[in-house]
Amino acid sequence: MIYLGIDTSNSPLSIALIEDERVLIEETSNLKINHSLTAMPAIEEMMKKAKITPAELTHIAVAEGPGSYTGVRIGLTIAKTLAWSLKIPLHLVSSLKVLAANGQGFEGLVCPIMDARRGTAFIGLYEGVGLIPVFADQHSDVREFLLKIKELNQPVLFTGVDAKFHEALITEVLGEQARWSEVSNRLPRASNLIMLARKSEESVVHHAVPEYRRITEAEANYNKAQEGKSV
Amino acid sequence: MNKDIYILGIETSCDETAASVVKNGTEIISNVVASQIESHKRFGGVVPEIASRHHVEQITLVIEEALQLAGLEPHQLDAVAVTEGPGLVGALLIGVNAAKAFAFAHQLPLVGVHHIAGHIYANRLEQEMEFPLLALVISGGHTELIYMKEHGDFTVIGETRDDAAGEAYDKVARTLDLPYPGGPHIDRLAHAGEEAITFPRIWLEEGSYDFSFSGLKSSVLNYMHNAAQRGEKVVPEQVAAGFQNSVVEVVTGKTVRAAKEYKVRQVIAAGGVAANKGLRKSLETAFQELELPFYIPSLPLCTDNAAMIAAAGTVMYEKGLFGTMAMNGRPGMPLTSWI
Repeated sequence: MIYLGIDTSNSPLSIALIEDERVLIEETSNLKINHSLTAMPAIEEMMKKAKITPAELTHIAVAEGPGSYTGVRIGLTIAKTLAWSLKIPLHLVSSLKVLAANGQGFEGLVCPIMDARRGTAFIGLYEGVGLIPVFADQHSDVREFLLKIKELNQPVLFTGVDAKFHEALITEVLGEQARWSEVSNRLPRASNLIMLARKSEESVVHHAVPEYRRITEAEANYNKAQEGKSV
Repeated sequence: MNKDIYILGIETSCDETAASVVKNGTEIISNVVASQIESHKRFGGVVPEIASRHHVEQITLVIEEALQLAGLEPHQLDAVAVTEGPGLVGALLIGVNAAKAFAFAHQLPLVGVHHIAGHIYANRLEQEMEFPLLALVISGGHTELIYMKEHGDFTVIGETRDDAAGEAYDKVARTLDLPYPGGPHIDRLAHAGEEAITFPRIWLEEGSYDFSFSGLKSSVLNYMHNAAQRGEKVVPEQVAAGFQNSVVEVVTGKTVRAAKEYKVRQVIAAGGVAANKGLRKSLETAFQELELPFYIPSLPLCTDNAAMIAAAGTVMYEKGLFGTMAMNGRPGMPLTSWI
């Protein structure tokens, strides 16, 4: 069993190969480079280094979002095309759950966060032990989400490269409740993604689409206009 | 006898998700197009983010169907050709990344094709090209006159300085409250036989092969505005006929003049607006008089499709022009010759 894992859902890129119980290779970078340009060359290079041919892959795992729309689509397009053309199973895992896996084992809650501008974020909340979702992954106003967390009155570990971006607000709302993952523990890791994928069911490849967790601006405006009409 | 060449083409530059298998650059084996037009209609135009979302939903289905209809397995292909640019960046990179992943999975060569080169080579699927050749590419995103001395040799001798012809059609259609995409509706109204309103012909400076349609579009808008202010009723058929006459006369005039000056042996038209009946008739009549061979591909090959990408990709493949895994969608990709 050889899994290829791909996470391009935010600015970092993480890819990995796991053969049975052995991580063969994992490469994670945070250089804000274009995934469309670099993801496939990185996969090609990594597989060459590990001496694994495409035909030897048995499973593909990919971060399905939420996150950067374009980023998520690149990973998903590569993953579903590989899985379909190699006729092997595809597994989709929440990008936020992949980040939450950085806090796996934390006795409390883990909050993965990806900035989505204008005081909003793609954000989720998981139990550190077992990574069970407490709140569903969502696109939310950051302050509103933090206020909901506050009521739970438990320590919360923040993770993700964008966590520091909201540090002031998080500290203001949660004070001592907020904990911070180490800088070295804020990037998504494709090896974690694969381990989560191994516990997940396979997806129907042709129907695999990103979890955007947000409708497009055009659709939101259109829906608003339609509501206006019906009133 | 050389071995036959089978190329898989993939096209996602705008709002069509398309895949096709072409044999030897001239014969369509399969040609699948998943149009998103119904989804974009409610917005009155293509919404890039929504186009990208649909491409991800459709991409593997469309490629699979193209291979199934062709009755071919991936290892029987010689290469994968994909639209590298120009187009909507988010849309392009779905096709590019799918093509890269597919090529990588089966260790096939990858060819990055310019969308306009594709439109030109759509003709070769119905009629062998003869050089020197003049191509008029006219669509929602492009209005260009291209001179070709031989295969893969492109010289852009004229292009639009503002709106593409199809863009002007869509904008005028919107002011006439016609549904998106407006081009076919204007064409239909223009043929209703109503007397045409006279709008200006924008020829630009003498000798130029460039086009400009935004002035014409403004004239139509002004006419509508003035009529509304005076409380006069606008006859859409008259406006449509007047607008179309202006476009057709200028496009035909410049294409004919270029064909004569460059002494070409063949003239071809391509792109969605080439399907316009008024333009088609005018060009056909003009080149009949000149006794110059003139071809327009059938409708499914005028609009965006992947067979044209595979056709152009075949010539690039024969020239050994391969891309790498670092290929990216290039929204502003220039048309350069394959030398």
